[in-house]
Amino acid sequence: MTSRYVLDPTGERSVAERELLARPETIAGLRVGLLDISKPRGDVFLDRLETMLQEAGAIVQRYRKPTFTKPAPVDLRHEIATQCDVVIEALAD
Amino acid sequence: MSARPNLPDGLVIVVKEECETCRMVAPLLPSIAEHGPLTVFTQDDPEFPKELEAVHDADLAVSWHHDVETVPTLVRVVDGVEAERTVGWSQSEWRRITGIGDLGADLPPMRPGCGSLSVDPDRIDELRVRFEGGRLRSRRIELAALEDDIEAMFARGWTDGLPVVPPTEQRVLAMLDGTTRAADDVVASVPPDLVDVTVEKVAIAAVMAGCRPEYLPWVLTTIEAVCTDEFNMHGVLATTMPVGPVIVCSGPGTVAIGMNSGVNALGQGNRANLTIGRAVQLVVRNVGGGRPGGVDRATHGNPGKLSFCFAEQPHSPFGTLAESRGAPAGANAITVFAGEGPRCIVDQLSREPESLARSLAACLRTLHHPKLVLAFDVILVMGPEHARVFADAGWDRQRVLAELDACLQLPGAELVRGAGGIAEGLPEQFADATLPKFRPGGVLLATAGGAAGLFSAMIGGWANGTVGSQPVTREVGT
Repeated sequence: MTSRYVLDPTGERSVAERELLARPETIAGLRVGLLDISKPRGDVFLDRLETMLQEAGAIVQRYRKPTFTKPAPVDLRHEIATQCDVVIEALAD
Repeated sequence: MSARPNLPDGLVIVVKEECETCRMVAPLLPSIAEHGPLTVFTQDDPEFPKELEAVHDADLAVSWHHDVETVPTLVRVVDGVEAERTVGWSQSEWRRITGIGDLGADLPPMRPGCGSLSVDPDRIDELRVRFEGGRLRSRRIELAALEDDIEAMFARGWTDGLPVVPPTEQRVLAMLDGTTRAADDVVASVPPDLVDVTVEKVAIAAVMAGCRPEYLPWVLTTIEAVCTDEFNMHGVLATTMPVGPVIVCSGPGTVAIGMNSGVNALGQGNRANLTIGRAVQLVVRNVGGGRPGGVDRATHGNPGKLSFCFAEQPHSPFGTLAESRGAPAGANAITVFAGEGPRCIVDQLSREPESLARSLAACLRTLHHPKLVLAFDVILVMGPEHARVFADAGWDRQRVLAELDACLQLPGAELVRGAGGIAEGLPEQFADATLPKFRPGGVLLATAGGAAGLFSAMIGGWANGTVGSQPVTREVGT
């Protein structure tokens, strides 16, 4: 039987394996970003988280995507990456 | 892939022994050779023509690379460049190109040639791979000897749940003949993984979907349209709502490629309708990485996410949707819309346009929820019998849309949360307002369907505007 070939229909993109960061020992003193993706009532959830995180000694910064339907703009992602140690993204409805 | 052989200066004639016209002109060749440099290429029999020595174009490289479709072909080459050519036997043309005034005096004035071996249907796919296969960049994947071709496509996760046509080099190269664009041309960056997709990868998806090459420009343009920021394919894929790209095709090209805008236009049975939409979704799946359960989070989805593509009637009393959205009159164009499955609107009694407008509006009001307004657009696919009611009364597109809008001004008291004993609805602050069901331009009117049936169809959209998806209309390229 002769060889049969087909052409790869995928994007042929090899995904780079990325290692997870080490889990922080404590959140006291950490800069924690809270990203609101603009879904209704996401703020309710994040308000509560903010209170709890502050009680635990975290420095909380709030961010908001313009719309939940699109990926976060690159500037916003950069801002969070440079200003925070960890980030929590909330999905709510 | 072989290099393109150059043609020698002077006259070049390509013949095959099997061709009667070639055999008829063979005796003229020595006298042409006496007049100046002549090279004869023979495609089949290396001994032909017996009148003089010919070069055997055994692998058909000369014929292929110089686009010889008919034999005999007579070409005059000057400084390595083709200056003129004639195909078949035309006494006047051969005399003009050879400069021999009495050439073939005893032959008929004209005789058509035969098909070149290089375009023989039994050979062309193999030749295309031999001579043009090198321009393909995709990884070649070998199938195991005992593997069934169709099962192999499923096993690799490349299908939408239905069998696909295996994308062999032969099929992909034949598909690429459907466009003037280069195979390595980048068409768009496909969400969700934002991978650049080339014409070649789109052609692969088109083969798998079952397209014919003439559909490829429609697929390419649709990919461009759905991958815009306005259409927001990422969001359309990721949403829990049951939407996917709905493709409305407009213009005379829909007839040329055999699309259906008539009986069962939104249904099964037409190759172009079904495979164009399917190819687009296969690109999103295989190139963009958008898969159900992955980034595609639809709660229910809808069967149209396999393919939802139809043509508008070419002679609608309202003109085409694409024209109404800025495409040039008579242009081939597509409009992409993030839409759910179609729903039937029945009105078999209205013969007055006012009554029918009220009827359509009453159904349109229920889109997604009768108490939700302004958030969603709709495609209203008007059936020809409904369209006739309006056309006979002299209502044009603007009039129909204006009357629908007038019927869809809704009292806020019916829309707010709690009204009608239903929690869903608008905030209380809108209780005293009057709100339209649709934003301006939010009703996209298209005409399609069979000649019998006093029905229309509505296709509900996803979150509209800049926060969601905007319909996108584009002229179809080549």
